[in-house]
Amino acid sequence: MAKKAFEGIKCLDFGWIGVGPVPLRLMGDHGATVVRLESHTAPETARNSRPYIGNTAHVDRAYWFADWNSSKLGLSIDLSKPRGKEIAWKLIRWADIITEGMTTKTMRNWGMDYESVRKVRPDIIYLSTTVKGQTGPHHSAAGHGTLIAALAGISSLVGWPDRYPLSQWGAYTDMPNWRLASAAILAALDYRRRTGKGQFIDYSQFEGALHLVAPTFLEYAVNGRLMERNGNRWAYAVPHGAFPCQGDNRWVALSVGTDKEWHSLCQAMGDPALAQDSRFATFMARKRHEDELERIVAGWTKQHTTDEVVASLQTAGVASSVVESVKDLFEDDQLQHRRHFRWLLHATGEKVPHEAWGFQLSKTPDTMFAAPAMGQHNEYVLKEILGYADEDIAQLLMDKVVTTEDDLPKA
Amino acid sequence: MPDYSRTDTLLGPYRVLDLTSELGLMCGKMLGDLGADVIKLERPGGDPARNRGPFYKDQVHPEKSLFWFAHNVNKRGLTLNIRCADGQELLKRLVTTADFLIESYAPGFLESLGLDYEDLSQINPRLVMVSITPFGRTGPKARHKMSELTMWASGGEMYLTGDPDRAPLWISLPQAGLQGSLEALAGAMVAHWHRENTGEGQHVDVSIQEAVIWQLMGTPIGLWACHGENQQRRGTMQVQPKATYPGAGQCKDGFFTGGILGGGASLHTVRTQQGLVSWMDAEGRATPELKGYDWRRFDGRSVTQEEADRLAKPILDFYKTKTVRQIHEEGVVQRRMTTAAFYTAKDVLADPQLQARDYWVKLEHPELGESLTYPGAYAKMSETPLKFRRRAPLIGEHNDELYRGELGLSASELALLKGRRVI
Repeated sequence: MAKKAFEGIKCLDFGWIGVGPVPLRLMGDHGATVVRLESHTAPETARNSRPYIGNTAHVDRAYWFADWNSSKLGLSIDLSKPRGKEIAWKLIRWADIITEGMTTKTMRNWGMDYESVRKVRPDIIYLSTTVKGQTGPHHSAAGHGTLIAALAGISSLVGWPDRYPLSQWGAYTDMPNWRLASAAILAALDYRRRTGKGQFIDYSQFEGALHLVAPTFLEYAVNGRLMERNGNRWAYAVPHGAFPCQGDNRWVALSVGTDKEWHSLCQAMGDPALAQDSRFATFMARKRHEDELERIVAGWTKQHTTDEVVASLQTAGVASSVVESVKDLFEDDQLQHRRHFRWLLHATGEKVPHEAWGFQLSKTPDTMFAAPAMGQHNEYVLKEILGYADEDIAQLLMDKVVTTEDDLPKA
Repeated sequence: MPDYSRTDTLLGPYRVLDLTSELGLMCGKMLGDLGADVIKLERPGGDPARNRGPFYKDQVHPEKSLFWFAHNVNKRGLTLNIRCADGQELLKRLVTTADFLIESYAPGFLESLGLDYEDLSQINPRLVMVSITPFGRTGPKARHKMSELTMWASGGEMYLTGDPDRAPLWISLPQAGLQGSLEALAGAMVAHWHRENTGEGQHVDVSIQEAVIWQLMGTPIGLWACHGENQQRRGTMQVQPKATYPGAGQCKDGFFTGGILGGGASLHTVRTQQGLVSWMDAEGRATPELKGYDWRRFDGRSVTQEEADRLAKPILDFYKTKTVRQIHEEGVVQRRMTTAAFYTAKDVLADPQLQARDYWVKLEHPELGESLTYPGAYAKMSETPLKFRRRAPLIGEHNDELYRGELGLSASELALLKGRRVI
């Protein structure tokens, strides 16, 4: 039996999409007991988004939710009912860590904001996360990771100089923010172990995201210059970009920094004489003739498959990779070696690929299990964790304090 | 053992040795922000990451790299050549008092020097060693030659970014190493908790490729796994069965994305459209059709080209009269739209919310004769606010303090080591 890093740690997840819930996935994946509190009366965005497991739309089949909520226990209760609140308060007393990612008003309206909770649990570690933080003139701003990436100045750095900036893929800032939020929570947990003191973590996703482009602020403040999008080109390498290969929309990314790497690229292309060509003989010459150089490299890559190009380049010692589509990721032998996609048995009876963390621990490996269907562990949580009797639970169900599929909003 | 009496910061009792290249600097930086004593080890003469720009007042110099400044706040600095026996000896002495060691060398390099986890954990079984590499330490691609760009490509983010008629794109400020560094931070903290509870250290093996895959945010992975659909890059146009219309546009001083045409089942896009039309109306720019439109019934799949053009035109014209800050401050904050305004560093530095929350930190650079402004606390902690104690270290700035003050080397020994380019 593998040792679990967070054995005995108890977490309560009030949810909403990513930055609040995923740090508790990290905890659950490494042995903490995590209760995900939801209600069928108000399923969260990630429960109602395509794609769906088995291609059938249903809150319990949303892939996005599953991927981000492994190793949690699903509890479905209606917090608008007094006995729903009572259950939540029992869990608050039980928990070491609480996270929530809703608007600044939501927890206050339920009377479960940090100030209320700390009166009962002064040593609680409580993380609230929003777009711009709990205080200040913009505290109520709504949004998501795509909006925050634009606001942080990240999106401005994606694109071709002759076209609009494009945005990176996805709600880009969610992931770095939950990594940072996880570290803050775990540092706070360690601090509590040493001192007995809990604390409130006001996590502004905007403020976290700015660290991804920290040099841009220094550059503007000191040199008065704004960094700009520049396609795939980069000051420190040439060629540096994605080049088309045989097949439909197949590309290889490669970069050449030093003269030695340039000679290796010419070898790989079967044209060693090109290395001495005066247009390309030095780094500065290659920069001056970058358009031309890119055309020559593309002329070579187009004649081969992506795998052939990468094999030649890696043999020669040139940094290179297939520009991998999601299909490629599933076929990637390195990811199979690392077991990145964990096909875990989901409540629907299907095996679903949950992503493993990007780190592997030598002594306390993860012990992931599939994300819960909504309320999947109602009985376990109410009975085993909170000590409700069977007849109490039956009554809670009849009174719709414990919610079921019947309580889903009608389309 | 750590000095547990230090309670002024979150991670005050702990020490980090940071041996990373530019790929991994952010991990130690963030541990430093949380209060750990982070010591950056550089090769004699300075870390190669100091050669990366931009530079202070465009003066290309290893002590003036703004990239270096930004990623090494809250660290002390030592020079050490770990390729020679004297250097390895010093590193091992430093390891005895370290809680974390972070490195981003190619797999096999530290092993070849006798400095792998197996070696160092014998000196200090409490050590949490973090290795940040493109693919992790083992596997068929572990020894591939990679760069920031190719790591971005290997993780699927690049394939999905860009216009369909041109090559897939990266982000013009490299991000793969940053995401790997933050993934490493999360892993290091899991190992830290285990160590503090059991006394047992461990090795944290980070794959930057996998960190980048997380940036896809799951949805395209599910599209392939559940629907057999291999997501493609889409650029800024919304391509629907009967119409193609813009998903992004130009405003008075920049760009924005989203908030042009949307609605249907998505509550926040309905709210965005309603907020937008009421804003246009307040300025007398909403057409009767826009005012009467029920955005809950908007369906991109059935909208005709003619209707899309008719609806979008006054909206795009309206945005052209607004600055990015107006779109954010009036549209997003006040009217609860979710239009994403493309801020630049200039707009971010002027953001009133960041100023109200006292976000920015000024750190003194005495050798430059001024203070520079840095992004501040990434999280506001009620009990132990994050502290910014020092700017990035100069080359070998703390050699005396640590080698003499802590390891007890004499001035003449230090001079010898320096002469032999060990430090």
